[in-house]
Amino acid sequence: MAWSATSPGANQPDNTAFTQQRLPAWQPLLSAGITLPLFFCVGLAFIGLGLGLYYSSNGIKEIEYDYTGEPGIGNCTACARVGERVAPPHPNCTCQWCFSLPELFQGPVFLYYELSNFYQNNRRYVVSRDDEQLSGLASALRHPANECAPYQRTPTGLPIAPCGAIANSLFNDSFKLLYQRQPNGPYDEVPLDRTGIAWWTDYHVKFHNPAPINGSLKLAFHGTAKPPNWPRPVYDLSPDPNNTGFVNQDFVVWMRTAALPTFRKLYARIRHVNYSAGLPRGTYCVNITYNYPVLAFGGQKRIIFSSISWMGGKNPFLGIAYLTFGSLCIITGFVMLIVYIRYQDENGDGDEDE
Amino acid sequence: MDMALTPVPECGVEDQRLVARTIFIGQQLVPEPESYVPEKFCNNRIVSSKYTIWNFLPKNLFEQFRRIANFYFLIIFLVQVTVDTPTSPITSGLPLFFVITVTAIKQGYEDWLRHRADKEVNESIVYVIEKGRRLKKESEAIEVGDIVEVQADETFPCDLILLSSSNEDGTCYVTTASLDGESNCKTQYSVRDTSSLNTIHSYGKISATIECEQPQPDLYKFIGRINIYRKNVDPVVRSLGPENLLLKGATLKNTKKIYGVAVYTGMETKMALNYQGKSQKRSAVEKSINGFLIVYLCLLVSKAAICTTLKYVWQSVTHNDEPWYNEKTKHDRETIKVLKVFTDFLSFMVLFNFIIPVSMYVTVEMQKFLGSFFIAWDKDFYDEEIKEGALVNTSDLNEELGQVEYVFTDKTGTLTENTMEFIECCIDGHRYKPDPVETEGFSETDGIQPDSSRAEKSREQLFLRALCLCHTVETQMKDDIDGIFEDTELTYISSSPDEIALVKGAKKYGYTYLGIKDYRMRLENQQNEIEEYELLHTLPFDSARRRMSVIVRNARGDIFLFCKGADSTIFPRVQRGQIEMTKVHVERNALDGYRTLCVAYKEYTREEYRIINQKILEAKMALQDREEKLEKVFDEIENDMNLIGATAVEDRLQDQAAETIEALHKAGMKVWVLTGDKMETAKSTCYACRLFQTNTELLELTSRTIGSSERKEERLHELLVDYHKKLLFDFPKRRSIKKGWGEHQEYGLIIDGSTLSLILNASQDSILTNYKAIFLQICIHCTAVLCCRMAPLQKAQIVKMVKNIKGSPITLSIGDGANDVSMILESHVGIGIKGKEGRQAARNSDYAVPKFKHLRKLLLAHGHLYYVRIAHLVQYFFYKNLCFILPQFLYQFFCGFSQQPLYDAAYLTMYNICFTSLPILAYSLLEQHISIDVLTADPRLYMRISDNAKLKWGPFFYWMFLSAFEGTVFFFGTYFLYQATSLEENGKGFGNWTFGTTVYTVLVFTVTLKLAMDTRFWTWINHFVIWGSLVFYVFFSFFWGGIIWPFLRQQRMYFVFAHMVTSVSTWLAVILLIFVGLFPEILMIVVKNVRRRTPKASNLELPMLVSYKTIGNGYV
Repeated sequence: MAWSATSPGANQPDNTAFTQQRLPAWQPLLSAGITLPLFFCVGLAFIGLGLGLYYSSNGIKEIEYDYTGEPGIGNCTACARVGERVAPPHPNCTCQWCFSLPELFQGPVFLYYELSNFYQNNRRYVVSRDDEQLSGLASALRHPANECAPYQRTPTGLPIAPCGAIANSLFNDSFKLLYQRQPNGPYDEVPLDRTGIAWWTDYHVKFHNPAPINGSLKLAFHGTAKPPNWPRPVYDLSPDPNNTGFVNQDFVVWMRTAALPTFRKLYARIRHVNYSAGLPRGTYCVNITYNYPVLAFGGQKRIIFSSISWMGGKNPFLGIAYLTFGSLCIITGFVMLIVYIRYQDENGDGDEDE
Repeated sequence: MDMALTPVPECGVEDQRLVARTIFIGQQLVPEPESYVPEKFCNNRIVSSKYTIWNFLPKNLFEQFRRIANFYFLIIFLVQVTVDTPTSPITSGLPLFFVITVTAIKQGYEDWLRHRADKEVNESIVYVIEKGRRLKKESEAIEVGDIVEVQADETFPCDLILLSSSNEDGTCYVTTASLDGESNCKTQYSVRDTSSLNTIHSYGKISATIECEQPQPDLYKFIGRINIYRKNVDPVVRSLGPENLLLKGATLKNTKKIYGVAVYTGMETKMALNYQGKSQKRSAVEKSINGFLIVYLCLLVSKAAICTTLKYVWQSVTHNDEPWYNEKTKHDRETIKVLKVFTDFLSFMVLFNFIIPVSMYVTVEMQKFLGSFFIAWDKDFYDEEIKEGALVNTSDLNEELGQVEYVFTDKTGTLTENTMEFIECCIDGHRYKPDPVETEGFSETDGIQPDSSRAEKSREQLFLRALCLCHTVETQMKDDIDGIFEDTELTYISSSPDEIALVKGAKKYGYTYLGIKDYRMRLENQQNEIEEYELLHTLPFDSARRRMSVIVRNARGDIFLFCKGADSTIFPRVQRGQIEMTKVHVERNALDGYRTLCVAYKEYTREEYRIINQKILEAKMALQDREEKLEKVFDEIENDMNLIGATAVEDRLQDQAAETIEALHKAGMKVWVLTGDKMETAKSTCYACRLFQTNTELLELTSRTIGSSERKEERLHELLVDYHKKLLFDFPKRRSIKKGWGEHQEYGLIIDGSTLSLILNASQDSILTNYKAIFLQICIHCTAVLCCRMAPLQKAQIVKMVKNIKGSPITLSIGDGANDVSMILESHVGIGIKGKEGRQAARNSDYAVPKFKHLRKLLLAHGHLYYVRIAHLVQYFFYKNLCFILPQFLYQFFCGFSQQPLYDAAYLTMYNICFTSLPILAYSLLEQHISIDVLTADPRLYMRISDNAKLKWGPFFYWMFLSAFEGTVFFFGTYFLYQATSLEENGKGFGNWTFGTTVYTVLVFTVTLKLAMDTRFWTWINHFVIWGSLVFYVFFSFFWGGIIWPFLRQQRMYFVFAHMVTSVSTWLAVILLIFVGLFPEILMIVVKNVRRRTPKASNLELPMLVSYKTIGNGYV
């Protein structure tokens, strides 16, 4: 673009393409000649993608089990009854779910838990956290944010660490996977990898423990109280020093509030050498430590084994949507073509040369 | 100036009670026997600024928040501050603060400029004569009664009464160019008794008072009286008129210095009183916006109400209201329920308030402001002759130019050039035409070429003398030495081009007007002798009388009255029997489109003159009702005259006037010509500019068809009913009015001023009272209307009448003279022609162009484009904000109606400010869906957007449907996507913020691409802002999520966007959702285009190929 001001006459308007509204311009028009092939191309491309997505999604295996323990269903009824309408913490209660795999469950296998009717996205709940405290800031540890109320301080006035409703309601059921290679054979425990389940950035940057005092994390938390629902303080979440305190991966995962009231969260990955290809054929049992009450708010709990592909977990929606929209494009394309030809014929006299 | 109806601001309260004010010249009290109440006048300080430093902030804020939109956002902001709301007050406070600050800075700067200008005026140095001494003062210190000295080329510091000047005869010359745009020098006079006082000392002794009316805004009216007291003598009383008044703002010319006494000062000067702001015109688009705004407000309130209701229904289940994992605080539990419901409602309002975007107002203002430059920049509007282009006085009405239905145009100077040329004259019925071959030297016969016969020699001379004497033309010599008259250097100046044409015409016949000196008019006759006439009285022209006269005394002492004027006013005032011969000529000339004037004279004896003189002086002396008294006297005097002849002056049609009118007609506009000219002249002009075609059937409602008998009203009634029937028969359906043109018989209406006032001002008991409606219907059904013999106010009346008919059509007035100002101000859009009759029309207009032909491009191209642009801008803004907020609304159903925002606060704030603002602004400035050349060439395209077509409820609901569809697709598409266990190949999960960001990404891309699809004119700027905005969004998101922000309490967006883009599924979903969202729109476009496949139609449209088409036209 060259801008030039014409000099003669101060009052004379500048004769530039811009001032005269005559900038060079691309003037596209979606004419039938362009759009019809476009419809077919897009349609075909979408159908192709849709098929790929659909088969990928179908290739993903999921095994799930509802262990809420609603009366008469499943093995966890007893546990559920114990904890019914009682605020946590609960006495430990265990139940078991067994299933058998007729063939290899293609790996890598991930273990999820699912909660439903749990509003992690309620506004009061979402704001009830203190990211400064979770980043290990000493001052925030002693002075939790007001948003954390009513889980900001204990009745005695001690600051709660970690404060807030999210932390307080940390999911605390635990699962142990046992594998029976031969019928009636011994049960081997399948090692569950409880690390690498949180976002790398959360685990390494966003969440930090306060600096240990004399090498002890416990001392760093001195003067704070555990969240009321927790059975043990935050520094005792795990014996592994890299997985305890605020950087406990279960905790970090839990703190990423879910978008919808029914949500799944990653519990563990199965990647032990023996199981790197997946879960071999045989019988499995999951020992569930049932702590977390969901019946109180009409919720449900599930445990899910899922394999993961390039597109993530099982999700038939994308494939179907692509297929539908692709077909729609093609159908529209055909309709348009017919209309187009009709119109061509109607005023077809001079149209041949175009 | 006729419409200066603005209220007069009062300085002192007591002023209001007094009819007149008394001023003591030089502040010296006079020995008045009556008790004297000192009056208080305001000082000469001019204050045009609105604010002071102290009141700027409160006053400016108050004015800004009076705008409904700003007030709304203020309320939202206050709610956010006081109530616990989901979004922080910053999200709405920041944009509001930005808008308010920018506006305040702009207004503050403008006011500062005014302050500076005021200061310059108020502190300028003036010289005041006080008790015989010359004192230096600041202008603002002048008080009423002070004697002020003004030097040549200085402007008058206040309204002064001229007392004396350095000229011997006590006159001075002024130009009022800055007041009314008339650049010619005007002569102002002093009263004879004071004109001798031309030294400072002489003012030490003067003792006089001036009584004059209270200040009023009319520049051309002034009534006053001066009483001069002398020792032992009765006071001398002289009348004062506008010719004695020097207006503030006018400039002294060609006079060394003058002394004057201040009569009106400061805010009471006529200039200050005329400085009232024009009434704000609002465009139809703005009205549509307000309509849409109400719909969206209802939508907002109902959304908030629905959510609040559902929230409490949902919460009635205890475990929903307060599950164990999410207990309420003590304070929460104890709040009264009603209060909580109310707060919840407000919270929802705040959450959804983005549906009405504050940025739309900013963008609309910016679009209008920047867009108006294109008119001023357009070189097609540049006129070589006056070396000027178009002028934009307001930017609020750009789009109104695309909506015009009625065009009211003045004739003289607008349709015609207003360069008068003397064509011919007739003397006693004999026709004279100037010799086409220019002859040098004046022999007795050379000048005049009679057709066949010729009148008596003495009559010829009388006629030519009359032409030379009966006018108000001034002469200006290039060489200032008196006595040497070389006609090559003699130039005539007058406010009326007709008079110049007549004087020049007389010159062709051998009579040269040389100017006026010491009240004596000098002229050179055919024998090269100089004749002198003493000018006794001038009976000036006014539009009511439509004539002017002079009373002169020749060297022998004979006294003559010469009168010239329109035939209709002259014929009834001359002796019968003389009329017939002349009338033939006048009518034939009028048919040819010439402007005709009749010339008459009368001779007085000394005795008769004495009586007349007495009467005139009496009337001039009157303090009250002087106008009426003068008019009455003039009426008496100008009677029983002898008709000598008539003149014909041609006013050429403007370049392309006919083509322009034709184009406007084709574009569906109705063109009305409103003129003060006589019917025949106007009619022929109308035929010449093709307003009337040969096949147009003319309906006449004039004094000719109605007659002047007492049966006037009945006859008018008959005609009205008759015409009405005729028209309704032709137009059985109202709908066909516009489209039916060309197929039906075309009708034209001619009406004159007197008939119009008969219709409009019909008395109560008259049968005509309800015929205004019939008249209107007739007008509506006529393709062209000619209103002749219109007074300026009648023009405005007509515009007002049309403005108020059903459907309130958009009216446009175009004119060049002061007499058009009233209709220019009255109509929706006022266009001024930068013509010869001063700049008053141009200054009072909304837009001014040099020529009538420019109207074509202004309306058909600029108006059309501005309308389409702003209509699209408005629709797009509502569309993109509904798209934006609908997912947030739907999300409430999945988060327990807890007012959880779907998007992060930064995204909420930035959406309208950054991510989606520039593309639409660029579009609304640059879009040419049809190229300017095509628009100008094919007026029919204008009809496509008539009746506010793009902002009707139909298109509005189409856009609303689109946005509702898209919002739903975005939300539920993402919702189903998030049903998956995981979206990443490492099996990790996403949270609510990623969900919102996904919806938001689809949203930003879709609304931007939607605009891209609507853009038909892709300049590099469009490319830059559209793709730039998308790139900026991506960069911003990375940046916003890439840092732990030290000042934020919650790091909710940390790496959310980066994680999102690592997920292939999300990518695929985003692409799919964009396609699905745009699908209906693509379908619409394609359906439209597939149908429009005829090659002819496609030529009319745009190039069919998608190619980069550079318009090769020599532009840089």
